Amino acid sequence: MADNNFEPTIIGFTCNWCSYRASDLAGTARIKYAPNVRLIRLMCSGRLDPTFVLRALSGGADGVMITGCHPGECHYIEQNYKALRRFLLLRRVLTGLGIEPGRVKLVWASAAEGARFASETTAFVEEIRKLGPLNWGKPVKRLENLQEEISKLEEVPA
Amino acid sequence: MSEQKKQERIGVYVCHCGSNIAGTVDVEDVAKWAADKLKDQGVVIARDYKFMCSSLGQELIEKDIKELGLTRVVVAACSPHLHEKTFRTAAKNAGLNPYLVELASIREQVSWVHADKAVGTAKSKAVVSGTVSRVIENVALDEIRVPINPNTLVVGGGIAGIQSALEIANAGFHVYLVEREPSIGGHMAQFDKTFPTLDCAACILTPRMVEAGRHPNITLLTYSDVVNVSGYVGNFTVTIKQKARCVKTDLCTGCGICQEKCPKKVIDDVYEAGLGYRKAVYTPFAQAVPNFPVMDKENCTYFLKGTCKACEKFCPTGAIDFTQQDELMDIQVGNVVLATGYDLFDARRVSNYGYGRLANVFTSIEFERMSNAAGPTSGNIVLRDNKTLPKSVGIIHCVGSRDKNFNNYCSVICCMQGLKFAHLVHERTGANVYNFYIDMRTAYKSYDEFYQRVLEEGTLFVRGKVAEVTDAARMPGEEGKLIIQVEDTLAGKQRRIPVDMVILSSGLEPRKDAKEVGKMFGISCSTDGWFTEKHPKLDPVSTMTEGIHIAGCSTGPKDIPSSVAQGAAASARVLDKILQREVVLEPIKASVNQEMCSGCRICNGLCPFNAITFIEDDMKTEINPALCQGCGTCVAACPAGAISGTGFSDTQIMAQIDGLLRNFEMAAA
Repeated sequence: MADNNFEPTIIGFTCNWCSYRASDLAGTARIKYAPNVRLIRLMCSGRLDPTFVLRALSGGADGVMITGCHPGECHYIEQNYKALRRFLLLRRVLTGLGIEPGRVKLVWASAAEGARFASETTAFVEEIRKLGPLNWGKPVKRLENLQEEISKLEEVPA
Repeated sequence: MSEQKKQERIGVYVCHCGSNIAGTVDVEDVAKWAADKLKDQGVVIARDYKFMCSSLGQELIEKDIKELGLTRVVVAACSPHLHEKTFRTAAKNAGLNPYLVELASIREQVSWVHADKAVGTAKSKAVVSGTVSRVIENVALDEIRVPINPNTLVVGGGIAGIQSALEIANAGFHVYLVEREPSIGGHMAQFDKTFPTLDCAACILTPRMVEAGRHPNITLLTYSDVVNVSGYVGNFTVTIKQKARCVKTDLCTGCGICQEKCPKKVIDDVYEAGLGYRKAVYTPFAQAVPNFPVMDKENCTYFLKGTCKACEKFCPTGAIDFTQQDELMDIQVGNVVLATGYDLFDARRVSNYGYGRLANVFTSIEFERMSNAAGPTSGNIVLRDNKTLPKSVGIIHCVGSRDKNFNNYCSVICCMQGLKFAHLVHERTGANVYNFYIDMRTAYKSYDEFYQRVLEEGTLFVRGKVAEVTDAARMPGEEGKLIIQVEDTLAGKQRRIPVDMVILSSGLEPRKDAKEVGKMFGISCSTDGWFTEKHPKLDPVSTMTEGIHIAGCSTGPKDIPSSVAQGAAASARVLDKILQREVVLEPIKASVNQEMCSGCRICNGLCPFNAITFIEDDMKTEINPALCQGCGTCVAACPAGAISGTGFSDTQIMAQIDGLLRNFEMAAA
């Protein structure tokens, strides 16, 4: 997979209070970093439902970056620890699915760390570039009528 | 679901931001692309404009909402932290629910951080696509209005905190002024003269202290610490620990007999900077406010040995009470001002300057106390032996500041402080004074004039960072002196200057517990450790947490005029909030769908704000919207998907993920 032209697509989840502001600060300070990450703002890294990560990877992302406040600095006191727990579990799930756990990265960045946010982003893009495209087949077909499917499964055969 | 999506009429507005965005992103192309490729998503109009945030730009959006019947708006411009409110207000003016507007940040996240225009344009399209997909799933929300408690907590009784408390109290609202030390006054109370006017610090400070102490709207809580904070803007509950004074303040008249009779002398490390003594029962200085003494339990003979009680014996009003215990009290406030000040840089850390090892090296605060007429030497500037006048004095600037080994930042006040010291030494001892500086920074009103004055007085200036202060004499004339080794960068040579006394103009550092205090109040610190402003230029006294304001040196090194200005500014912010009577909160809250809740209680332990309660009777969980802060952790945790969070719902985020990756699907196809 030595494709030098491979440009990874990465989804980044940011916390409204620290890492999103770090990305704002990187912008204000005009710090250049790799353009492969597309950010989604959450109120807290604790809001990160691991299925968001699976959705991103199944939808075409090659990697997912999860960012939040440093341990002990959470705007909501301690919710980043919950993000950390989910992250560790998620890596095990990914490994089970045959996906390199390195495709998901957890970065702590405070609102003052624009430079750190930029350098961590660039570093992650290079890590994913080394791993190559995820190629998780075609984007997975979504279950449009989830409720219907569930009812079907719940039916007790006569 | 898909039928409903087609009904949305979305407007996309791409901002040039002058050349800020247009320089790195082909904004016209992005707008054209959105109109064409996102038509199936419901985009009915996509425009680009020089400055969307201008009144003309806003009018453009308002006009389209009315004329084209837009039901959703996406503005691709700067960070939502800057202009989200602007565009949401514009939408509201045009009759559209403000929460149906989303910002796509293509400035902070694209044009400012990427250099290649093609790359920037492509990423902008992805960001716009993600935001369009998200905004379709947005739902109309109503702002939450809660009443504001008109009481205010000011933490820190230095000049910034005193000013802040007085402004609010004079406007007719109640203030709790909390101070850790036995008296308010802060660092300024220790100083002798203030630059550049040289008025005596006590003469201008003490009237303010007295005013604050006597003000009917100010409750002074000295010798107290804030130990817990809960709630949110308008409705904070703050727990304060009042340390035991061992003096009944309702009986004490402040006569001072207890201090006179107390047989125990203790070195005063705080107020006198270790140069003088106080008693075990003491007020830190004569003009202390309040004038009630406190008992230093660690040094009091009674607490150490069980006998003495001299103070109790002599107290004419029976105010001494050895049995007093620390007390916790809860207060309700709507706003908070943090004016917690600074710590002085510990000059011992610069070991090559010899402080703590060489007797006649003094710190700036020691010199302040020494030059103060009420200080330990009655204002005489003398060597450590307490009698010899120095014939030559070296003042070293930037100790612990502008130094990669310690602090990178400039401590702002040290240049003027060094000049003030030079003037005082010159005036009182006639000694030769050398100032060793890196750069002379005398900005602000009348500061440079003061520098000129000190130059004319004959003070000598050497430009260069001092390498070492030593007592090892190498040349004739150096014996018994302190030798300052410095590279004179203007003369271009190494110099050794023997002096009798060295004063270190130490820098300012964040309070050692600034991080913990910040965490308690829910605000962050910069990498240096100062409290972070909401905006460094346009909102220097507010923080990211609504209702928590900052002032004075807690936000960074400052001189007295700036601290006073910030104290007043923070109060203006507080009064603005109080007078609005109610505060508008973002309607970002979690709620439980009772039908779907299985009562598994997984979410129950996740909320740090105790907003989640389990109703035993129904075996279901409920969320109290007044306590919910909107972090969304429970939403992510619910295995049944029974908890939903407004503003950041699963559908919104899933849609945004799909939208951000839409570009990829097209490229791969």
